[in-house]
Amino acid sequence: MSKKILSANFDLPDSHALRVYEETGGYRAIRKILGTPGDEIIEEVKKSGLRGRGGAGFPAGVKWGFVPKDTDQPKYLCVNADEGEPGTFKDRQIMEQNPHMLIEGILICSYAVGIERAYVYVRGEYVFQIQRLAAAIAEAYGSGYLGKNILGSDFNLDVVIHRGAGAYICGEETGLIESLEGKKGQPRAKPPFPAVVGAFGCPTVVNNVETLSSLPFIINEGASAYAAIGTAKSTGTMLFSVSGMVEKPGVYEEAFGVNLVEFIEERAGGVLGGKALKAVIPGGSSAPILTADEARNTVLDYEALAEAGSMLGSGAIIVLSEDVCIVKALQVITRFYSHESCGQCPPCRHGTYWLARIADRIENGRGEPDDIDLLLSICPEMMGRTICVLCDAAAMPTESYVKKFREEFEEHIRLKKCPMDGAPRLLGIE
Amino acid sequence: MDKQVAEKIAFNEQSERRYQEALEMYPTKEAALLPVLWIAMDQFGALPTEVLEYVSSRLDLPPVRVFSAVEFYTMFYREPRGRYHIQVCRNLSCTLRGSEQLMGLLEGKLGIQPGETTEDGNFSIETAECLGSCGTAPVMRVNDTYYEDLTIEKLEKIIEGCLGGRSSSELLG
Ligand SMILES: Cc1cc2nc3c(=O)[nH]c(=O)nc-3n(C[C@H](O)[C@H](O)[C@H](O)COP(=O)(O)O)c2cc1C
Ligand code: FES
Repeated sequence: MSKKILSANFDLPDSHALRVYEETGGYRAIRKILGTPGDEIIEEVKKSGLRGRGGAGFPAGVKWGFVPKDTDQPKYLCVNADEGEPGTFKDRQIMEQNPHMLIEGILICSYAVGIERAYVYVRGEYVFQIQRLAAAIAEAYGSGYLGKNILGSDFNLDVVIHRGAGAYICGEETGLIESLEGKKGQPRAKPPFPAVVGAFGCPTVVNNVETLSSLPFIINEGASAYAAIGTAKSTGTMLFSVSGMVEKPGVYEEAFGVNLVEFIEERAGGVLGGKALKAVIPGGSSAPILTADEARNTVLDYEALAEAGSMLGSGAIIVLSEDVCIVKALQVITRFYSHESCGQCPPCRHGTYWLARIADRIENGRGEPDDIDLLLSICPEMMGRTICVLCDAAAMPTESYVKKFREEFEEHIRLKKCPMDGAPRLLGIE
Repeated sequence: MDKQVAEKIAFNEQSERRYQEALEMYPTKEAALLPVLWIAMDQFGALPTEVLEYVSSRLDLPPVRVFSAVEFYTMFYREPRGRYHIQVCRNLSCTLRGSEQLMGLLEGKLGIQPGETTEDGNFSIETAECLGSCGTAPVMRVNDTYYEDLTIEKLEKIIEGCLGGRSSSELLG
């Protein structure tokens, strides 16, 4: 196991440099496809089974197929490098360690779909990663991989970095597009989907950094080689961001289908300090929580996690040990969603506010016995009722925390305080 | 700012060049708003009313469009911040690894609360949501530089580095 596709170069010296990428077979895939009809490339990507790594897991080739062929309008690619889902820190690894792999992925997608301009929307805090990527883009222009008549063909592509400015909602694809257009990042009602009406009113593909970075391997080795990795419906590998109470937090690439707890033990060194595992958040803070037992009985892929009542999301695994307070965890994440709601849909604006307020008062020993059922009654009112799913992303985990760890909430209310007094203290202070 | 100063608000040569480049990157002028606000932040350090009016006139946008966008994004500041602006992540993975204690230490050391600036203008502190660095929690940013895997000793060195006038990227050096 631990197949390396995306992270193969990460440990090489100067892995970000064009020379290193070329020496390890880089830019072979784009040479291979120039001259092949775009539709054939789209078919190949469909066959590979590659699914979006930004959170929703939509098949990449299918999404590209929705872009109209017979249009006079320009088409755009928006590369989603907003990386805002709490727990996620893998796209930055790609931009830092192998930005040319991303650029080649951008080239492959753009060539297949007939795109001549790609915007890379990078979260505003990633200043170093923007510099790395900008340097790589400059190298690529210098060597004829970007610009006009790429490698002597009639394919043209410009890549522009667009720096975000601090807003989780701009990671949502239509919030991203609004923000790219110079507006507040408030998501748009769908349909129309971006593939038909996206950036500047034109057909637009939005794909995550990691999704695009998987393309060079698919082209080089073939769709069936990629589909042979992982499970039948979750093909290939994913970069899992592991954080929280583990011995060795970090980004680990793994083929789909491994047992979740074995993965945490074997790759991330197990639970910190040899403590017992309490719970795992498997797909970023928007994913419903799994108890230790549930985590032991599931594998890492899209289907298994959905069946376990959670989701694979962005592949961000947050590990909670026995000494972590679940109410505290809920207080922190509901505060986040309340802060990040863009405010245009009332169920989200009000719902996230109330979840955060109630979780906060329970954690601080001011909860009332009715508060637990109040939380549970708010959640269903927030699901499936808004323009985007930020609202669901707050309600789904809340419901799971309360239902699966109800006795911890009751204890807080009964004792009128947090029995664990909040979070573990790891800075070395008492 | 008084009127005389306000009238002097204009991009310097470097900003002007970046402004022209930004316009070429997008099919609409409006889309250059975020890059142009970044250019203004870099030159003026903050975005007071006069600067926003200048930006709106350069982009032919109604001022209300510019003001509402600035309010929406957390990284655009209307008021000047400290020479060292410190953002401490308060999201889950950092909380698990002690970010609340980290913030408490900073508050004690600097004598200010999140959202405030020290009187000498040296420091401002602020909470931040997940900074995309959860594997090296707890994490904070000082200006544009990340400091990760923080411990009490590291924090002390960083503050010492600030007081010694080091650049924000070399505080541990
Ligand atoms: C609130 C919200 C935040 C999101 N943030 C991100 C993000 O930071 N990065 C990302 O790639 N996708 C994010 N997404 C998912 C995008 O909407 C979209 O599905 C994705 O960029 C599509 O690319 P993919 O198919 O390659 O995954 C977010 C979605 C929602 C609802
Ligand atoms: S939780 Fe602090 S960087 Fe992600």
